[in-house]
Amino acid sequence: MTAVTETAPAAPPASGLVATLRHARHVIGENPVTGLSFGLFALFLIGAVIGPWIVPYDPLESDTAQALQAPTWAHWFGTDQVGRDIFSRVVVATRLDMEIAIFSVALVFVVGGLAGVAAGYFGGWTDRIVGRLGDTIMAFPLFVLAMGIVAALGNTVTNIVIATAIVNFPLYARIARSEANIRREAGFVQAARLTGNSEMRTVLTQIVPNILPIMMVQMSLTMGYAILNAAGLSFIGLGVRPPTPEWGIMVAEGAAFIVSGEWWIALFPGLALMLAVFCFNLMGDGLRDIIDPQRRT
Amino acid sequence: MSAVPLLEVKDLTVEFSTRRGIVQAVEDVNVTVPKGEIVGIVGESGSGKSVTSYAVMRILDRVGRVARGTITYTSLDLVGASEPEMRDLRGREMSMIFQNPRLALNPIRKVGKQLEDVLLQHAQADARDVKRKAIGLLEQVRIARPEERYHAYPFELSGGMCQRIVIALALACKPQLLIADEPTTGLDVTTQKAVMDLVVDLVRARGMSAILITHDLGLAAAYCDKVVVMEKGRVVETAASIDIFQAPQAAYTRKLMRATPRPGITLHDLLPEETPAPTPKAPHQVGEPLLTVENLVKEYKRQAPPPTLKGLFGKKPEPQPPFRAVDGISFTVNKGESVGLVGESGCGKSTTSTIVMRLIDPSGGRILFDGQDIGAVPARAFALSPLRKRIQMVFQDPTESLNPRYTVSRAIADPLLRMGGFTGGARLRDKIAELATMVGLPLELLDRFPHQLSGGQKARVGIARAIALNPDLVILDEPTAALDVSVQAVVLNLLQHLKETLGMSYLFVSHDLHVVRLLCDRVIVMRQGAIVEEGTAEQVLEAPKADYTRELISAIPHPPV
Repeated sequence: MTAVTETAPAAPPASGLVATLRHARHVIGENPVTGLSFGLFALFLIGAVIGPWIVPYDPLESDTAQALQAPTWAHWFGTDQVGRDIFSRVVVATRLDMEIAIFSVALVFVVGGLAGVAAGYFGGWTDRIVGRLGDTIMAFPLFVLAMGIVAALGNTVTNIVIATAIVNFPLYARIARSEANIRREAGFVQAARLTGNSEMRTVLTQIVPNILPIMMVQMSLTMGYAILNAAGLSFIGLGVRPPTPEWGIMVAEGAAFIVSGEWWIALFPGLALMLAVFCFNLMGDGLRDIIDPQRRT
Repeated sequence: MSAVPLLEVKDLTVEFSTRRGIVQAVEDVNVTVPKGEIVGIVGESGSGKSVTSYAVMRILDRVGRVARGTITYTSLDLVGASEPEMRDLRGREMSMIFQNPRLALNPIRKVGKQLEDVLLQHAQADARDVKRKAIGLLEQVRIARPEERYHAYPFELSGGMCQRIVIALALACKPQLLIADEPTTGLDVTTQKAVMDLVVDLVRARGMSAILITHDLGLAAAYCDKVVVMEKGRVVETAASIDIFQAPQAAYTRKLMRATPRPGITLHDLLPEETPAPTPKAPHQVGEPLLTVENLVKEYKRQAPPPTLKGLFGKKPEPQPPFRAVDGISFTVNKGESVGLVGESGCGKSTTSTIVMRLIDPSGGRILFDGQDIGAVPARAFALSPLRKRIQMVFQDPTESLNPRYTVSRAIADPLLRMGGFTGGARLRDKIAELATMVGLPLELLDRFPHQLSGGQKARVGIARAIALNPDLVILDEPTAALDVSVQAVVLNLLQHLKETLGMSYLFVSHDLHVVRLLCDRVIVMRQGAIVEEGTAEQVLEAPKADYTRELISAIPHPPV
């Protein structure tokens, strides 16, 4: 062997999961904003998973003797017009709002992402159909379209999920399309063709994993939008119905009382909504850094 | 030479703060640029040559800072100068040409207007004579028909032409010092000669000084008065360019010189002196034809002109004939033979290799591989053909050709899993280790991602992937174009060694005749989609028949020996 080995840059030879976790810790520690957003997210997750068991009151139990009380030590966030504990309702509502957001984003990620990748990679008719479908959806005011879909399909949580997914479809399809299009002729994609991968395999093993980082940012951003959308639909009376605890409904109910000085009914669920959207928006960049191997230097 | 140098860099140390602490990019660098001289800074990637020039221009990244040393321009201290002072100096006193001329130009502004912007900003012209001056500048950089080109957008001009515009921009304010950072990398060898001749003529005519930063020792020696050789952030040698070539002092300079392909040497001569000579190879076995290309044609439709109102109602314009990227070429590659396909960018060599590789379909002609017409199988379906594994390719850019999300072992495993009948487990691991050893890749690198590897290591991964299935024909598409010369020397030797061991045939696509000569038995020279000359490597280089080949050979920079 005549070859001379050149020196390698120093890098720790760590294996898959350990390296990912270590890298995640680094990313979260490096940027306090990322750390804050992940902390908030963990808080929301805890609320969603064990919320119903840790809250001090039954979120549905009304106690008219205690109605419309300002925040006290007994009722941290006060009580509403029928005497339900607002703190308990805000915490319990986390699960429903998170479910709607996560399911709708997962749905649109799979459907919109794959449609966009196919459009960008194969071009031609696939591209035209996916593109025009996206244009059609974008032609409507998105919230009005979501309202229409829920009104037409029926007033259920499943339909809120579907409507939120549909209005987000063009965003995902367009991003995935342009990212796939850039990489269609990349060297490693050509190399994959040479090593005998079928077109389908090439798309799934070469293109899709490489556009995940940017899709991750998009997912995080739309997660916030999905929560707002669901709350918005409930606010105007579509989707989730009272007395189910849900942030949008609670804000809607509380709105009527602000004029008479009972600000806490609308404020606290609104604050939870705001924090959730804020948290998802901030999380995007951190997620991208964790998932992108190029950042692991 | 005047007593006071124009620019003096003394004991310069530049530090970058990174995630792993502080890294010294350059350490105790001394460079002196006397008035009216051209100084070359030569080194391989990571040697700190660009960082030095950035420090002079004070355009270091935010994380970089000058830790020690002084930079004196005439009598001005550049390290301590304030940002407004520097802004005034840049352009007026010193200016810079970058590697990629297209990135340096505003893509949506006419080149003439861009020149005018610079002239006006530095008060070199006023509204009345600015256009005349801009056209004058275009004339000076030898752009034909300057009045017409004044209205051109950068995308309408070739790479060499864009670099001339950038030079015109850099010289617009009559600076005293010009820093050229790899000004011709990525340009064809004939364009490189034209651009470098132009730069040197202009610098000499104006009595300016210049710093030429390059990885090419030959280029630096051909155009510079003095050469500074850098390695890993330190200056290892400073000497007049004549002396550097006749009596290189530092070991690194000698190594760099040896690794530069030049006439009259063999592949092994490229490696450092202490490398053991290869075992004398058996007499060359060239068998029957493996690949026969007959009358290959690739046509592309020209873009239709934008519709006009007249065009809509009046007579339809004659459709333009399609553009012929490959214009009816025929050649043969025999078993065990290396054939070089040489030409400048746009000559159709890459199109030809991509068609032979069956990644795109030809418009006409036949491609016979081992007696079977593989041109008849559509490119889309060829991935599943049993012939697929017998034709493989090593790509030009080792970075771009590796999936950033695959580890090294996963990348090498891909062909084995798809076509080699491997399913994983210990057998696959052993085979990957065997391939890695064959291409000289340390086994502990197998779990790394491409971005954690050096350029040479990435090239090895690409080669290991290509030879994994023992192909009969490997197409090498400028496999060393993105590598440093010393790495190139090693990779070329590795390719030769693998060919002798495995009995493969190579189709080597390159623009560099010297490199091609080292590896190939026969050379085909292409121009504008057609073959202009074909013959053994010695014939074509020593006694070229076609004028174009002669032009190509003479454009390669010659050191002043």
